[in-house]
Amino acid sequence: MQKQDADSYGLPTVAEPVLRMRGIGKKFPGVIALADVDLELVPGEVTALVGENGAGKSTLVKILCGIYQPDSGVIELAGREITLASAEQAMAQGVSVIHQETVLFDDLSVTENIFMGQQIKGRFNCLDWRAMHKRAAALLSSLESDIDPGSKLKELGIAQKHMVAIARALSVDSKIVVMDEPTAALSYKEIEELYEIVEKLKSENKAVLFISHKFEEIFRIADTYTVFRDGVVAGKGRVSKTNQNDLIAMMVGRTVNQIFPKESVEIGNPVLTVQGFCHPTEFADIEFSVNRGEILGFYGLVGSGRSELMQAIFGISQPTGGRILLDGAEISIRSPGDATGRGIVYVPEERGRQGVVLALPIFQNITLPSLSGLSPKGFLDLAKEFELARSYAERLQLKAASLSHPVSTLSGGNQQKVVIAKWLATEPRVIILDEPTKGIDVGSKAAVHGFMTELVKAGLSVIMISSELPEILGMSDRVAVMREGRLIEIVDRKNTDAETLVRTAIGTSQPVGGEAA
Amino acid sequence: MTDRASDNHIPDRLDVGWKPRMLRWETLLFAVAVVIFVFNANASPYFLDPWNLSDATFNFTEKATIALAMALLIVAAEIDLSVASIIAVASVAMGAAAQAGVGTWGLVVIGMATGALAGAFNGFLVTRFGLPSIVVTIGTMSLFRGIAYVVLGDGVYKGYPADFAFFGQEYVFWVISFEFVFFLVMAVVFGIILHRTVFGRWIFAIGNNPVGARFSGIRVERVKFILFVVSGLMAGVAAVMLTSRIGSTRPTIALGMELEVVTMVVLGGVNILGGSGSIPGVVIAAFVMGLVTFGLGLLNIPGIVMSIVIGVMLISVIALPILWKKIRAP
Repeated sequence: MQKQDADSYGLPTVAEPVLRMRGIGKKFPGVIALADVDLELVPGEVTALVGENGAGKSTLVKILCGIYQPDSGVIELAGREITLASAEQAMAQGVSVIHQETVLFDDLSVTENIFMGQQIKGRFNCLDWRAMHKRAAALLSSLESDIDPGSKLKELGIAQKHMVAIARALSVDSKIVVMDEPTAALSYKEIEELYEIVEKLKSENKAVLFISHKFEEIFRIADTYTVFRDGVVAGKGRVSKTNQNDLIAMMVGRTVNQIFPKESVEIGNPVLTVQGFCHPTEFADIEFSVNRGEILGFYGLVGSGRSELMQAIFGISQPTGGRILLDGAEISIRSPGDATGRGIVYVPEERGRQGVVLALPIFQNITLPSLSGLSPKGFLDLAKEFELARSYAERLQLKAASLSHPVSTLSGGNQQKVVIAKWLATEPRVIILDEPTKGIDVGSKAAVHGFMTELVKAGLSVIMISSELPEILGMSDRVAVMREGRLIEIVDRKNTDAETLVRTAIGTSQPVGGEAA
Repeated sequence: MTDRASDNHIPDRLDVGWKPRMLRWETLLFAVAVVIFVFNANASPYFLDPWNLSDATFNFTEKATIALAMALLIVAAEIDLSVASIIAVASVAMGAAAQAGVGTWGLVVIGMATGALAGAFNGFLVTRFGLPSIVVTIGTMSLFRGIAYVVLGDGVYKGYPADFAFFGQEYVFWVISFEFVFFLVMAVVFGIILHRTVFGRWIFAIGNNPVGARFSGIRVERVKFILFVVSGLMAGVAAVMLTSRIGSTRPTIALGMELEVVTMVVLGGVNILGGSGSIPGVVIAAFVMGLVTFGLGLLNIPGIVMSIVIGVMLISVIALPILWKKIRAP
């Protein structure tokens, strides 16, 4: 067959993909993380993997590095079907992953890190340190890096740690290098260095999968892109033939209607007002207020300072400046106890660590913050406690065999209901929900959303941090968007759409990395 | 939508059958105590004598009194290894005060205040600077003991007022000593605090998940500080009883007692990593250790062997439940 297209006239032909993933599917209880996903990686090219939080990017990375097994689909390496049953196997097959937070050994030397699990052995089966040091130095110098192979990893910066991870990838002659948001913790200068490394990997004919939120870097270094949305491929193509707006449209899609829309509730006067709130590292100059009967959504990228802001309002950390007003009067909050006393409560994001005491029974978790009020003399009243716990457990449709069972026996969704019940039992006026439906099944999600409407109907004010656009757009009356510790704008839900929010959150006009904190 | 009333009825209480009750740690420990009692009664004709049994209680009441406070600390996932040294420093303080002519009640106040102050120092270091308590109290263990040595050198304080002997030597009723009554009263008080008050619930929450407790509005640092003060205070009380009982103060007083206290607490079923445990368990463990020590003493077995027995007992009671679980669920 004659194959005479434009590419063959003097231009390099696009190489055959080294890795083909076809029809990959992965289910978790209640969630379909990936459904029928195809992905190709070509030697000498950088493929950008783009998508919202929870779109399935991390699941795919974990499949690639052998941590998860796909439920369906095939993975082909150079035309041959393979299985990646473990991290070790993935590495042996030539897949190296550079994680966002490098998972290496801080107290070991650079050489030890590079050769961990694949040490060079000499006579008598002893480790041949000289050979390893020599080879480590050669690998690092091929990356034009001046890292001393003998130095301990903890003495290095994050960019240098990435360099070590890359050297490790090269040491096993990986064909595929996966980089999971490698620039997330890097300064501007370090990012430039990383780009050079990526160029170097390209020139050595490696296939690179580059996962990123940041459009600047996608347009800077990627050759092709694949967009994930809700576990499916929403689009793919060559970067040179697309633009930012198209990418955003593919990322967000039009799927807002899956969520319980918030019923309209009459909005009252401002209840909680925050003025000039500052923190030494996490956020600055935050001003907003939330009204009676209102759901105020907080949107932003992970790490934009939303949780830190709310924890400061709740008294977990102390702000360096600013005021909090409740019904127009200034209040002082120095501890979570103060906040709870004033009717401001916070349902944290990390449920297992911050939200519940897993080993204690359900009823004791629900009553934990209300105990002082329930027993003025300091003695427990189990009957009263049970009554309170049961009324809130039933209001939230908690599914449990007994309130005496430890919370750890519940599913994620029901644990979240316990956390919400625990705070509602204090009869708050303002409830701050930090990623309230993260990692819970669809049924519990709907229950939580329905309950939020009930709360605002009862006159509460709700602040909801969420990284899920459909949730933000479906539930919020107004949306506050944060970026790099600043509150960029607060918009009415009716006057915005998914694309605008993403654009504001990413800050497309900002230089990449900006002034790293 | 589902019907709420029928779908969401959650039973109030889990029915506790006889099996889980039987398998509770306290029950097993109680059985062990009975076995040791019967064994001792058969092994020595002197064992069942009421005065001998009463004497036996002196072996453990001071340690057990501290163990009650230590149990609270360990449930809260902290520990105080300086308690024996606190006894030394409190006893030295009382001795010096007695030389200066302070009366009996003044001595009691000084002993308890010294203990509470030492506990507050531990609590301050742990809560203010976020230091691990095991490190802090190993440090203050040397520090407090060192102070006692510096003050007293090779010397000894004697000459306590005659009625000071009441706390360690007198009987409240027949063979029932003041120390024993005091321990029983404190056991009830601490049992109520840990199992029946809001403060006790906070201790469990902190021991299981300090971050979650903080996010629930509990003042974690304050609770921990109070627990260290209480631990120091109980060590101070123990110093009063011990000093009164032996009638003199040397810098080596109560040397190594902290490990016996911790042993008692762990034997009582308190998780050394924090989060669970009960006062009844600790009380029974105190009796078990007292009975073993006393029984071995009656059989003229030297103290060194006793420490071996205690060590083996501790390891086996910790290992047995774990082995038991492994056998049952292969």
